[in-house]
Amino acid sequence: MKTPPKKNKKRKKRNRQILTVTYLFVAVFLGMMGYTCYYAITNQQELINNSYNGRQELFVAQNSRGNIYAAGGQILAETQVDENGNETRVYPYANLFSHVVGYASNGKFGIESLSNYYLINSNAKLADKVASDMAGEKYPGDSVYTTLDVGLQEVAYQSLGIYKGAVIVTEPSTGRILAMVSKPDFDPNEIDVIWDDLITDEESSVLLNRATQGLYPPGSTFKIVTALEYIRENPDTYGQYSYQCTGKFALGSDVINCYHGTVHGGEDFRKSFAKSCNASFANIGMQLDRERFGSTLNSLLFNDKLPVAFAYNRSRLVIDEDTPDSAIMQAAIGQGTTQITPLHLNMITCAIANNGVLMKPYLVDCVKNNEGNIIKQFNPDTYRRLMSETEAAALNDLMQEVVKSGTGTKLSGLSYTAAGKTGSAEYNNVKTDSHAWFTGFAPAENPEVCVTIIIEGAGSGGDYAVPIAKRIFNEYFGL
Amino acid sequence: MELYITELSKYFITLFIALYTLECFLVFRFQDEEKRSGCYIRQNLLMFLVHFSCFLVICFETGKLEYLLFYVLQQILLFATIVLFRMIYPKGNRLIINNMCMLLSIGFVVLCRLSFERAIKQFFIVTVSIITGMLIPYFIHKLKFLKSLTWVYAAVGVAALGVVLILGSTTYGSKISYSVAGVTFQPSEFVKIIFVFFLASALYESHDFVRVVITAILAGIHVIILVASRDLGSALIFFIVYVMMVFIATGKWLYLLIGSAGGCGAAVLAYQFFSHVQVRVQAWKDPFSCIDDAGYQITQSLFAISSGGWFGLGLFRGTPDSIPFVEADFIFSAVAEELGIAFSMCTILICISCFIMFMNISIRLKDKFYQLIAFGLGVTYIFQVFLTIGGGTKFIPMTGVTLPLISYGGSSVLTTLVMFFIIEGLYIIRQEEGAKRVKKKKRRRRTEYEDSAQKEQEAEEEE
Repeated sequence: MKTPPKKNKKRKKRNRQILTVTYLFVAVFLGMMGYTCYYAITNQQELINNSYNGRQELFVAQNSRGNIYAAGGQILAETQVDENGNETRVYPYANLFSHVVGYASNGKFGIESLSNYYLINSNAKLADKVASDMAGEKYPGDSVYTTLDVGLQEVAYQSLGIYKGAVIVTEPSTGRILAMVSKPDFDPNEIDVIWDDLITDEESSVLLNRATQGLYPPGSTFKIVTALEYIRENPDTYGQYSYQCTGKFALGSDVINCYHGTVHGGEDFRKSFAKSCNASFANIGMQLDRERFGSTLNSLLFNDKLPVAFAYNRSRLVIDEDTPDSAIMQAAIGQGTTQITPLHLNMITCAIANNGVLMKPYLVDCVKNNEGNIIKQFNPDTYRRLMSETEAAALNDLMQEVVKSGTGTKLSGLSYTAAGKTGSAEYNNVKTDSHAWFTGFAPAENPEVCVTIIIEGAGSGGDYAVPIAKRIFNEYFGL
Repeated sequence: MELYITELSKYFITLFIALYTLECFLVFRFQDEEKRSGCYIRQNLLMFLVHFSCFLVICFETGKLEYLLFYVLQQILLFATIVLFRMIYPKGNRLIINNMCMLLSIGFVVLCRLSFERAIKQFFIVTVSIITGMLIPYFIHKLKFLKSLTWVYAAVGVAALGVVLILGSTTYGSKISYSVAGVTFQPSEFVKIIFVFFLASALYESHDFVRVVITAILAGIHVIILVASRDLGSALIFFIVYVMMVFIATGKWLYLLIGSAGGCGAAVLAYQFFSHVQVRVQAWKDPFSCIDDAGYQITQSLFAISSGGWFGLGLFRGTPDSIPFVEADFIFSAVAEELGIAFSMCTILICISCFIMFMNISIRLKDKFYQLIAFGLGVTYIFQVFLTIGGGTKFIPMTGVTLPLISYGGSSVLTTLVMFFIIEGLYIIRQEEGAKRVKKKKRRRRTEYEDSAQKEQEAEEEE
């Protein structure tokens, strides 16, 4: 007795279809498995750091929080345990690293927050963990080694003195942040005591890291950006630019004055930049293509996310074809509604110093376990090219001229050539009050270090910010 | 010492389960159960090792004797299941039984870690279910009238679901259970099996358009009652099983297409009209934006899955209890957290291995009724696994169904065990089909031989 061929054929077809359904489900499952593994492993850190995740407490209960070290091996933060097993987080340098290293309680801030995942984990050897168990101690947490240099940080901190302001020192070729100071500061050892006062006082902005979160009018330092746009639009002819400065530039009822009403007389592009002539730059601003200017701003990360892991604010400036003349004139000299963070200005400066390529700024060099074995190494990472090599070279040249013959002469005549741009940003209607800015790098021929400084309400950048830059450069070059 | 054991055991447990999982698929190299027995014995050994190492850790971590005693009881149950099944049904499929026991033991380990009392309760239900389940293969293969109960199945299914809708108690927004004499039942679990029988008996002989429409209406009633009870997960399972079974019964891709299109349409409508559907989709799309309410469960589940890494935090070293309903809907996340992602992936693969075996059995069955049942139960099983794991890992929106054999829940584990034993029954039927065929072939060969011998003899005689 044989199965009729027709029935047999049908059965074969059916079996093929069952097989298809089987494959379909298996494929969906493989997709789900891949997704789950990928999601869980790649988001592990971020999820652990989520404040809703109770597992943080688990790690905290099991491991003692790791240390934070400077690049030179000095301890910036450590956990001390008394005989009763009480833990205290100790910051040996007190106020010096207050914002950048941050604090580990009250919501966490700075590197304490950024590297929390590593600090609360322990990759100690099993034998060490057993030894800790025996001794009734917590396992030693992993330590974080930063890129920060204690010497540079001290010089920057001392130089700011009693002023409010910020200093950020970076390595343009790698993106390593060597120093980051923000004033007013606080003593992180006392954070739990002073916390309530700090947050109830709404006027106080002590907890704000001005270097990354402070938004300031860029003033004349923004002429770097205006100059870049002018060079972009007139790559062959910008050298032939000329202007007769009478101390002001007027268009209808809108007037732009030079700093302290100085009359610069006849000048070319180079001199306009070196002397930081507002009238000439307002004139340049009026000649720019507003749409292209707007897109240059976007490519320089205005109004955009910055490629950094720590807390910051976005710089603000939108220019498009509808921007009125008065606003363009103001924007060209870095006044008006423009706001920038010292970090962002430093990144633009770094890109110029690094032939147009921006490296991602970073603070953590590596994570090591209790025996000093590297658990994770962070390497320099290219973000992208912000400007062409020619444009970067042209700006570098202009910035050298600032030091040679312009507003930054306090940096001239040294054993290294510095380059930079000063700024004196007006922030209220009183014309004499201004924030002192400087952003620049050295040596100009082969930049190794990049500095951005803002001193709130100090006066002109050339008089107040440039000397600080000089001290920092000297410290860096060991002079 | 303790730490060495708990830390090292992580790697050993992962290794053992990985090897076990490997054997799950190596089995398919052979067609013949006899040749597979090497794999099965290795599986039994590895299963024992996984179970033993997990409980070793549990005992060290808790330091309580009761866990040790409980372990011994479990070991006896699992051992007895494997041995007795082999004795009663020598023709049974051992992969299914092995996987069943492996998944059950994973369930015991995780439940024990989450709540000792619940684990005990679960153990009791499992024991009773297995004892009853052992009889199922016999009945499946003896009771021929199962094919003709079409409308009875439909009536029982609709009635059971309807009763819950009207009388059932509401658990967290869903009416899914009702209690009789202190025992809580979740009928949608049992109805899954009845539903598969209904479709198989309705479609195995004739599957013309009218039949398909009638079954569609009845299946629709099931689904609508479930949607009205807000048991979306079960509603989805019933729907998918219906579409898949109609597709296989008719062999028409068109039905699959119409079914899928209808499903998508219904999903869109459900999203438009039901706020609780919108909430779940929102919680799936961006759980972190609503972490305080709708997204809480799923984010806690994601925290758990990601915290363990490949090898897990170790039993009793994590905090899986932070996930609401972890023992039922999110048990997979607890497995991933404490036993590791590698272990949880092996668990999924074991489920897939079961599914492939179910489909394999379905393909080999000659009787279309049985074939449809094997297929339908296989789809029911794997789709439920997909819903619960996919929901817990944010692969798909959460629906709140249990992970068969691992999750806590009497109705769920009983239903799944019944399903597994039914499949065993079908496997035995197919073995006998196969044996008959071989016999027939032999007989035919013998008669042919005899015929020719006779002819030869006759010829000789004539000479």
